[in-house]
Amino acid sequence: MIKILNITKKYGGHFALDAVNIQVDKGELFGVIGPDGAGKTTLFRLVTSLLVPDDGTIIVNGYDTVEDYRSIRKIIGYMPGRFSLYHDLSVEENLRFYATVFGTTVEENYDLVRDIYSHIEPFRNRLAGKLSGGMKQKLALSCALIHRPEILVLDEPTTGVDAVSRKEFWEMLKRIQNEGITILVSTPYMDEAQLCDRVAFLQEGQIMTVNTPQGIINDYPRELFALRAKDIYKLVLDLKSYHGTHTSLLFGHEIHYTERSKSIDHERLTMYLEEKGHEEIIIEKIEPGIEDSFLEYMRES
Amino acid sequence: MNKDLVIKVRGLTKKFGDFVANDHLDFDVYKGEIFGFLGANGAGKTTAIKILCGLSYPTSGEVSVAGYNVYNQTEQVKRNIGYMSQNFTLYEDLTVVENIRFYGGIYGLDKKTIKTKSNLLIEKLGFEKEKYRLIADIPLGWKQKLAFSVAMLHDPQIVFLDEPTGGVDPNTRRQFWDLIYEVSDSGMTVFVTTHYMDEAEYCSRVSIMDEGKIVTLDTPENLKLKYQAANMDEVFVKIARG
Repeated sequence: MIKILNITKKYGGHFALDAVNIQVDKGELFGVIGPDGAGKTTLFRLVTSLLVPDDGTIIVNGYDTVEDYRSIRKIIGYMPGRFSLYHDLSVEENLRFYATVFGTTVEENYDLVRDIYSHIEPFRNRLAGKLSGGMKQKLALSCALIHRPEILVLDEPTTGVDAVSRKEFWEMLKRIQNEGITILVSTPYMDEAQLCDRVAFLQEGQIMTVNTPQGIINDYPRELFALRAKDIYKLVLDLKSYHGTHTSLLFGHEIHYTERSKSIDHERLTMYLEEKGHEEIIIEKIEPGIEDSFLEYMRES
Repeated sequence: MNKDLVIKVRGLTKKFGDFVANDHLDFDVYKGEIFGFLGANGAGKTTAIKILCGLSYPTSGEVSVAGYNVYNQTEQVKRNIGYMSQNFTLYEDLTVVENIRFYGGIYGLDKKTIKTKSNLLIEKLGFEKEKYRLIADIPLGWKQKLAFSVAMLHDPQIVFLDEPTGGVDPNTRRQFWDLIYEVSDSGMTVFVTTHYMDEAEYCSRVSIMDEGKIVTLDTPENLKLKYQAANMDEVFVKIARG
């Protein structure tokens, strides 16, 4: 559905994207994961034909993003990072505006957006600028869908959104995917990567890996352990100065820990921590999650 | 923990017309604490933070910050707090040194103090080579460190961090929490909002707001027990969906 072939984009001497290759299949929910400044937005602006690449080609549903940009814009729904809503139009006016621009009506495709739009319909006469962040997000998504696009491109739709609204948003995405719409979405949240069919990990303009979430987890090269103790901050500091430590990273109420060798020297570590005065030490082997894998990729590069 | 009171809030209520954004909030924040201020979008967090920072008046209730009340001592409140958010912090088209100097001036420090402070800060952060670079040209992790340090340039009693890690990669996020721990260890009070529930675990105590009210306030450990949850994410979902 989307073929990104050897795409390079430069701003001055800076490579925002450097020979990027990705292929997204029809009906797929595909995630692009990467830190701020990795090139996610540039990539999406290229896919939506809003930027022209310096090198390479992007084919969307058979159309070239440079030569056939008019055809592409008809079949894509795009929700940019800061939601492209008209703040001085009401909720309803925004939706009608987007429908009209794409040569359709709200009524024609209402079925597709009903699920999402019904949350904000009680506020249909309110100016979009006066909506809360969560409501703006829902309106922006409704506007991006109102012409029933074949492909939906969402640039960090959940940044700054609370944990519960994020879960609801992803439930909506799954339902949209079930309507047969291909979805390309970027996010800085690792737990959301888990919900995609496949993800590409982008860093400094380059693709580090493209795989299923499980495939990325399977790539994790070491045995991973969770460590806990009474004083977790002191545990962080003490592990930093322990000679065996390869990585030690805070994960909520515990530390994810690896040693230089593939597994860990349990006895020696316990002894060291006891010498440092730690109490209630717990060391247990755990399965890595997707965030562990990404942190390892970032460390390697 | 030292039980010196840094923030005292009793019956804080803020109304916009008929809408009650903050509904009788009661809480204390102690010196050296990392106080997590959580809630769904629209729960009323930003309204409360604006009041605590002396940028907006309560409709009713008693609120003191760093020993000053937020009705008629807002200038003193502002001089004794630091504030950092992800979006509004540093000027991209000024250099590192210029940003420090600018904020020093805003906080009313004299020229000599600004000079001493900025030298100290640059040395501490290891920014000697970068001090004449534009903020736009330095990596995000460094910007964050600088923004955080600049927010404490005037030695405030408390620093407010409003979603300081939004949209940041997992590695930079963790480095930033190292810094938070470090300043809290030195006695600074940290008041922080976040949408990352793993970060809620790093706080000394956490309050969770819903529809203008504080639903619960306790240590992460106690909250997990109370709501029979494996982690703070589950606690949050139970409260916000409950």
